[in-house]
Amino acid sequence: MHVEEKLTAETFPEQPEKATLEGKNKFIGFWVFLGGETVLFATLFATFLALRDSTAGGASTQELFDIKLVFVATMLLLTSSLTSVYAIYHMKNFQFGKMQFWFGVTVLLGLAFLILEIYEFNHYMHEFEFKLTSSALGSAFYTLVGTHGAHVAFGLLWITTLMIRNAKRGLNLYNAPKYYVASLYWHFIDVVWVFIFTVVYLMGMVG
Amino acid sequence: MSTLARKKGFWPTVWDYLTTVDHKKIAILYLIAGGLFFVIGGIEALLMRIQLAIPENDFVSAGTFNELMTMHGTTMIFLAATPLLFAYMNAVVPLQIGARDVAFPFLNSLGFWLFFFGGVFLNLSWFLGGAPDAGWTAYASVALNSPGHGVDFYILGLQISGLGTLISGINFLVTIINMRAPGMTYMRMPLFTWTTFVASGLILFAFPPLTVGIALLMFDRLFGGNFFNPALGGNTIIYEHIFWIFGHPEVYILVLPAFGIFSEIIPTFARKRLFGYTSMVFATVLIGFLGFMVWAHHMFTTGLGPIANAIFAVATMTIGVPTGIKVFNWLFTMWGGSIRFTTPMLYAVGFIPSFVMGGVTGVMLAAAPADYQYHDTYFVVAHFHYVIVGGVVFAILAAAHYWWPKMFGKMLNETLGKITFVLFFIGFHLTFFIQHFLGLMGMPRRVFTFLSGQGFDTGNLISTIGAVLMGIAVVVLLINVVVTSVKGEKVGADPWEDGRSLEWAVASPPPEYNFKQTPLVRGLDPLWIEKMEGKKGLTPAEPLSDIHMPNSSILPFIISIGLFIAAFGLMYHNDYSWGVPVAIIGFIITFGTMFLRSIIDDHGYHIHKEDLLKDDNGGVQA
Repeated sequence: MHVEEKLTAETFPEQPEKATLEGKNKFIGFWVFLGGETVLFATLFATFLALRDSTAGGASTQELFDIKLVFVATMLLLTSSLTSVYAIYHMKNFQFGKMQFWFGVTVLLGLAFLILEIYEFNHYMHEFEFKLTSSALGSAFYTLVGTHGAHVAFGLLWITTLMIRNAKRGLNLYNAPKYYVASLYWHFIDVVWVFIFTVVYLMGMVG
Repeated sequence: MSTLARKKGFWPTVWDYLTTVDHKKIAILYLIAGGLFFVIGGIEALLMRIQLAIPENDFVSAGTFNELMTMHGTTMIFLAATPLLFAYMNAVVPLQIGARDVAFPFLNSLGFWLFFFGGVFLNLSWFLGGAPDAGWTAYASVALNSPGHGVDFYILGLQISGLGTLISGINFLVTIINMRAPGMTYMRMPLFTWTTFVASGLILFAFPPLTVGIALLMFDRLFGGNFFNPALGGNTIIYEHIFWIFGHPEVYILVLPAFGIFSEIIPTFARKRLFGYTSMVFATVLIGFLGFMVWAHHMFTTGLGPIANAIFAVATMTIGVPTGIKVFNWLFTMWGGSIRFTTPMLYAVGFIPSFVMGGVTGVMLAAAPADYQYHDTYFVVAHFHYVIVGGVVFAILAAAHYWWPKMFGKMLNETLGKITFVLFFIGFHLTFFIQHFLGLMGMPRRVFTFLSGQGFDTGNLISTIGAVLMGIAVVVLLINVVVTSVKGEKVGADPWEDGRSLEWAVASPPPEYNFKQTPLVRGLDPLWIEKMEGKKGLTPAEPLSDIHMPNSSILPFIISIGLFIAAFGLMYHNDYSWGVPVAIIGFIITFGTMFLRSIIDDHGYHIHKEDLLKDDNGGVQA
């Protein structure tokens, strides 16, 4: 199939993200890229695990973390992953309006998560004097969780850009792969957060 | 825009190369930039050898020596060897799999410019207050105490160029998975394509740890982090682990494509198909896998304990098995062949014993108890130069002669080529063989001078003479390049006359679309199969039709410049008030350009069938 083809709900392919060679390349290339991202986060996790008790006399993870705030943040991000699945479901059915709507919900949930995270960091810095510079734990915590937060922020800008850029022209085989890899990226961010929630927060409160 | 009629002249050519997304032109850019850094790294090596030629020499100071040794290692690994191999990968791999371009031509260009600006940034340190001096490994315990901005140049420059390398790695992976011509199954891919594939996989998993490692170092040096500061709970051993989790696979990222190059050259000039193709592929994949299991053998003396040391020692020795398989396969390929000793073949024949010597000392070093004796002596220096020069640099020089006609359309002069080989081969062994014994006698590495009367004098002098011979060899090669460009004769598609793989089926240099009609691959060594059946060209897999091509773009160049500017801002933000604004401006340039790339549609253009019919200099003639 060709990129510039005009399509209807009937002629739209079942897997629009892989219908063109460019789409296939993007699809595989992005999966491969996520493999590299996995190693990047794995290295940050390993560093965090090695330094999680290095408080240098400052606040420990047990004193810092508050399960309520982190639980709400986790729920927001997990739900945003679900809404991005809805968006891709509608993309495959060639329902552009519904796809945009669910991506919009995804962006709002992601934004709420990011605001909570900024509040959380601010709270630690002012209530506990817990900073990037205060201990090895501080460096490891802010670098790992902050890198994830930066990924969330980039994902929000990316999905928003796609939504605005394509708002007037609808879905085609040129932008379908773009939406698809953006949603893949969003799922990846979510999976990383599941590990952060477990390894950083739960283990930090219990272990 | 029809590119068949492109403007000629100096500035149009410069603009063409700044904006090109054609893998063949990007290959030439990699060759020029990598060659330039190779010469710079070589000059640094010569300066060190002059300093060490006689005892208690004061040619350079101890501090300058540390800078030279750091920059020599960093430049040769990241800015010379890797990009020179990328040059051949770009020039040859799409042709070998019967593709019209790589999967992401735009990213291909971006990868080059990121590498280039990262390399320029790193080398500007010489003029801006001193080069990095903490060794190419930049161990945190050393790097954090290095005064000035030298190590910051290393940290920021390598982040930028490492990003370029990662992007190129992903690009080759997708290209090889997705863009193969009909019939080009995985087990029909030429070995150079296979080794590129595995090396790209290693890049994908090895470069992110490097990025993280030096990012953590950046936090500690520039933003008050404490990852490696024991006073606030940090741990400097973490850096060593992260660095070598990258650093050891990096060795295989370099040497696997070198193996691939020799696996192309040997069958061509032995005029026999590669012996044990399947086991070669298996050995390549196995080496790539084991390459991630052995990093701690660089840290035997760190004190990880006998169990960890034993596990990593055994894992390291295991790599000798697939490597041995490869060596025997090359020997059996030559066995009974009718060998032509062309320049590339001379390098291949010289490579086998040289590399085996590096392998043998590698197994010696892998024995952890013995390593306590060898550690940080010239024995280690001799070992890794036998592997990297005897393996990778020989391959790079061999490939330069082998694929030069494909890239530029002219043969390098064979007489001058053989002179280069003889000088380089003798110079190499003269330089590094004696260093084994200097090391065993106790001469420490990374030390700027030595006292006389310890038995080191003669050995060091011989080593320096050898280095000068290698330098002369490179000068002869450069003369050869100039002579060839001025006087050389144009050659046809298959200048070595015994080409086996698809790159020898298209014109030299190939037309921008590579193949007029995508070829049908009918087995291993597809061109050889067609030749044996008495055909002149390849069997086409499709009728002649319009060819879709990507548009060239200046955006990759601008994205890279943005990061280059931002790096200056980040480095000086503690010293000058302009630091932070400059960093922000740089990032705005980079991300703004990425934003433009995202919102401006780029569908490329088509070369029409009628133009293709007029253009008879390339592609498949059925």
